[in-house]
Amino acid sequence: MLFRLLVTAKTFHSIAVVMVLVFTPVAAWGELVIRVTQGNDKPTIIAVAPMSTNGIQVLEDISAIVESDLLRSGLFKIIPRQNMLAFPQNADDVYYRDWRLLGSEYLVVGGLKDSEGKIELSFSLLDVTSQKTVFKHRVTGTEAQIRDLAHLVSDKVYKEITGIRGIFSTRLAYVTAELNDDKFIYRLNVSDSDGAREQLVLESTQPIMSPSWSPKGDELAYVSFETGRPAIWRQRLVGGQRIQLTNFSGLNGAPSWAPDGNKLALVLSKDGNPEIYLLDLTSNKLSRLTRHFAIDTEPTWTPDGKSLLFTSDRGGTPQIYKLTIASKVVERITFKGNYNARPSLAPDGRTLVVVHRESSVFHIATLDLKTGRMLELTETRLDESPTVAPNGAMLIYATKQGGRGVLSAVSLDAGVKYFLPAKIGDVREPAWSPFLR
Amino acid sequence: MNISVTKTGLSALCLSLVLAGCSSTPVEETMSDIEDTTVQTVEVEMEAEATAVEEAPVEPTMSAATVFYFDFDKALLKTESRAALVEHAAFLMDNPRSIRLEGHADERGTREYNMALGESRGNAVKEFLVLQGVSPSMIEVISYGEEQAASFGSSDAAWSMNRRVELK
Repeated sequence: MLFRLLVTAKTFHSIAVVMVLVFTPVAAWGELVIRVTQGNDKPTIIAVAPMSTNGIQVLEDISAIVESDLLRSGLFKIIPRQNMLAFPQNADDVYYRDWRLLGSEYLVVGGLKDSEGKIELSFSLLDVTSQKTVFKHRVTGTEAQIRDLAHLVSDKVYKEITGIRGIFSTRLAYVTAELNDDKFIYRLNVSDSDGAREQLVLESTQPIMSPSWSPKGDELAYVSFETGRPAIWRQRLVGGQRIQLTNFSGLNGAPSWAPDGNKLALVLSKDGNPEIYLLDLTSNKLSRLTRHFAIDTEPTWTPDGKSLLFTSDRGGTPQIYKLTIASKVVERITFKGNYNARPSLAPDGRTLVVVHRESSVFHIATLDLKTGRMLELTETRLDESPTVAPNGAMLIYATKQGGRGVLSAVSLDAGVKYFLPAKIGDVREPAWSPFLR
Repeated sequence: MNISVTKTGLSALCLSLVLAGCSSTPVEETMSDIEDTTVQTVEVEMEAEATAVEEAPVEPTMSAATVFYFDFDKALLKTESRAALVEHAAFLMDNPRSIRLEGHADERGTREYNMALGESRGNAVKEFLVLQGVSPSMIEVISYGEEQAASFGSSDAAWSMNRRVELK
């Protein structure tokens, strides 16, 4: 394997295990591939001219990455490269008439140049209709950051045209399980949000579950069974240092990082049955939030950090409840259907995403907390683990395709869908990172 | 409190060694009050491999079922599980050892909710054993939720094999 796990003697509640991660992307066959299965009705038509490399050797096609990013958002239609009459590199070289004939509303042009050993990418967004430069921008990075530079171009173009902050520079954490000689190998991976540049975070012969990003995007909390029991760990993505946070008898699960980064909501059954607890990450102080003989699990934070939403079967079937932390008051949120679980809130704080069962089929659905309107976003059978992008435009969830776990994406208005199929193993439990810069 | 963790990868090896050790254990102290031809057949076969059997560690074992199945979204012990659990309880009181009850769920429903469901099933088995007189301090319940399927596939048959508690 491409990484080595070094474990030293360690003590509960103290920093001990050292993980050395070699951050080399695994082979291309392990990466996720995207295909758009359904698009927007009125996409913006855009052309992304191939960036002039000006003699600089780069291994990635920047414009192709930008095209793929914009296409995946579902809000754009891309003018194919083979239809282009010229590949201009700046606004002065553009014959607008050519691009208007192709039907393009916008054009992205740019080129690379060497800047003290780094790569400088200058690019412009041009409005073909008004024949004007919308903006000109410059980004600089190393050769290893070529994909980052491309995603920054996509973010800037997407924001300018849609008014929404782009998520192309964000990342995805997920768990894979690969059957190897009758035993599973579980891996926690992180990739770009397009599935490229997969990096291994943790590998184990025992299950790994429930990854949750820290609000800064520099750490993951997760459940690992490596001790023979479920335990919650936190791990830095750079350097790989990890700490075991819990070691109680019974369930140690469903970690959810608070928006302030200082607390973790989690589930423990040490007092008899699954209850929601709060772990202060500075003082290690644990406080119990729920008190009910039913199952209480899957806590998630409201954006203001004052409340938690969670799944409970206290009403007879799993439904979503809201707990106000200061008062400990619990109120029921979902009523439609006999199974609503795994809540998460879109950044607007108003759109609740749940796993919803309708006539024994599990879908991803949204519930507008203001109007009470419920919308089923997916129609496959075993959809679970939805995770909303930090801009609230899309969500990624786990489903089955050909008997295997794969990741799929859908826009929150259900207009755009695409798969991120893996070539190997079972992919599950995606967790979309927060904005990273 | 010290937690010893083997390097990832070693644990799989350790597990397979334990299993190999179990399978070569001779069946000597079976419960006297049950007649089980299956057990006798096993003994005969094992005697044929005399050297291997004699070198294996001698541990008391018994032959009752060690996997108990449940209905969908339920943690109620089925009637047909009781007889075997009564045998286990009697055997454990004569031959005390710590046991693990590993609770599992099928793939339907969310993963952490299924962790809770697997634990409820483990607890149902534990409570039954405790009622039969087994000391609760000897029983550990570990839920694996839907993470370790016994049967793959998304059919009713596979699902029914996966909603289970394994006594180890």
